[in-house]
Amino acid sequence: MARSVTPRRKLIYTVAAWSVALLIFFPVLWTILTSFKTEASAVASPPQLFTADWTLENYAEVWNRSDYQRFFWNSVVISVGSTALGLLIAIPAAWSMAFVPGNKTKDLLMWMLSTKMMPAAAVLIPMYLIFQRTGLFDTRVGLVLALMLMNLPVIVWMLYTYFKEIPGEILEAARMDGASLKNEILYILTPMAVPGIASTMLLNVILAWNESFWTITLTTVDAAPLSAFIASFSAPQGLFYAKLSAASTMAIAPILIMGWFSQKQLVRGLTFGAVK
Amino acid sequence: MATQSSRFAARLMVAPSVIVLFIWMIVPLVMTIYYSFRVYRLLSPERNGWAGVNNFTWFFNSPDFWMAISNTLLLVGGVLAITIILGILIALLIDQPVWGQGPLRILVISPFFVMPPVAASIWENLFMHPQNGMFASMAQGLGMKPILFLESYPMSSVIFIVSWEWLPFATLILLTALQSLSSEQLEASEMDGASALSRFRYIVLPHMTRAITVVVLIQTIFLLGIFGEIFTTTQGGPGSASTTLPYMIYKQAVIAKDIGRAAAGGIIAVILANIVAYFLMRSMGKNLDA
Repeated sequence: MARSVTPRRKLIYTVAAWSVALLIFFPVLWTILTSFKTEASAVASPPQLFTADWTLENYAEVWNRSDYQRFFWNSVVISVGSTALGLLIAIPAAWSMAFVPGNKTKDLLMWMLSTKMMPAAAVLIPMYLIFQRTGLFDTRVGLVLALMLMNLPVIVWMLYTYFKEIPGEILEAARMDGASLKNEILYILTPMAVPGIASTMLLNVILAWNESFWTITLTTVDAAPLSAFIASFSAPQGLFYAKLSAASTMAIAPILIMGWFSQKQLVRGLTFGAVK
Repeated sequence: MATQSSRFAARLMVAPSVIVLFIWMIVPLVMTIYYSFRVYRLLSPERNGWAGVNNFTWFFNSPDFWMAISNTLLLVGGVLAITIILGILIALLIDQPVWGQGPLRILVISPFFVMPPVAASIWENLFMHPQNGMFASMAQGLGMKPILFLESYPMSSVIFIVSWEWLPFATLILLTALQSLSSEQLEASEMDGASALSRFRYIVLPHMTRAITVVVLIQTIFLLGIFGEIFTTTQGGPGSASTTLPYMIYKQAVIAKDIGRAAAGGIIAVILANIVAYFLMRSMGKNLDA
């Protein structure tokens, strides 16, 4: 509902909006800045926004001291893997719910979302035992499965709201022309659904990347992703701030950059199609 | 429009999702129910058998329990109130004609991409730390004693941190809703002499109802299970001042190693979540239709 205003008012609005935005962003900015400081200037009082002695040493030390690459690749495999598997199962489900709805479809969707209401801590013990006994504990496969199931309701729901916006008449016309179910999906639905699938994918990679209950409780070493990497850094005694900041930056940078580039699609997806 | 066979195919396509979700939900739930009636302590494995309702009565008699319930509800309610009120204000501000709206949105959405343990440890160490944190430096600069945020105000501090994480979500959804509001309607009411406040009350706010509903629903689902932020910062303390129900269950399971009690707590958490969900659906479900 942007309206035209005088340049003066626009300037006032701009300054106010940027101040608020910078305030919200400041903790992230401060972390990134601190990661390039020496430990001494990281805790300098009063705090210095910029210092003279920039250094990359913190990154080098975090890199050497812990196996960042392994954590990183685990994060990539787990978030991308669980999203891909989730889409594979959810696309057919969302497709049929959107185009061949039964009278129970709404209830089914609500039920799916309600499975997310169960607090993870409530089922920690059974999960732990199941994972131990099936050999899934501390494996990437185990976490891919767990996070896929955790996010499946969100994936189905998001895809459903996207698919529902595809006009059904197009499908009917295709059917009249004798298109088979397979062709219908392949040549008509898929091209129209790609944007929706893309934002669903983005959001789920982010959710999986940042998940930090199952990824910490169901792993020890082999499959531990970046959430576990950062949890191992939380004993902040002594001169430790710059390194903690470097480790934090390394844990969030990949998803932060991805999120910045896809911000538009993402916000659209986040609204679950309920807000236009 | 569907034929018999396409209807059948459709059911077949929904089936995998429903089946895996059902298993993912029911197996742990049944196991949790079973353990909640058992004596099962990892530290004394020789004692086992049925516990009756002892695990549950332990919870209800524990002084921490009601604290944990009220902390859980306080966390959900507090974060919802803060993110929605601030979210509306910030969305109204960003929606004004400003230079650089794209970069602005990128700055505002950033906290959403920060994983909970990182968010919690940034706030705990770089800002709230009583010696080296930025707030402590600011207090000293003003000649005041540093505030012991996590010791003196643990629950408020946790609510503050979680609100920072969820503010971008609320703001951007409310902003999306705001941007679809037609400016003609507002301009017409402005010409008719409606004040800014009544324009907000009668035009803007009703338009955002659906967006607010979405924010409340989605955030509640995630907030009921908040764990990492408390684990990283206060560990439920001091004492049990910031212990929520998920954290209390975690303590029973991992620290006290009493699986029976943890399971009973889990069942209570599921019931609480269902009560909250029921009231949410009843009061807001209709906003989502159509």
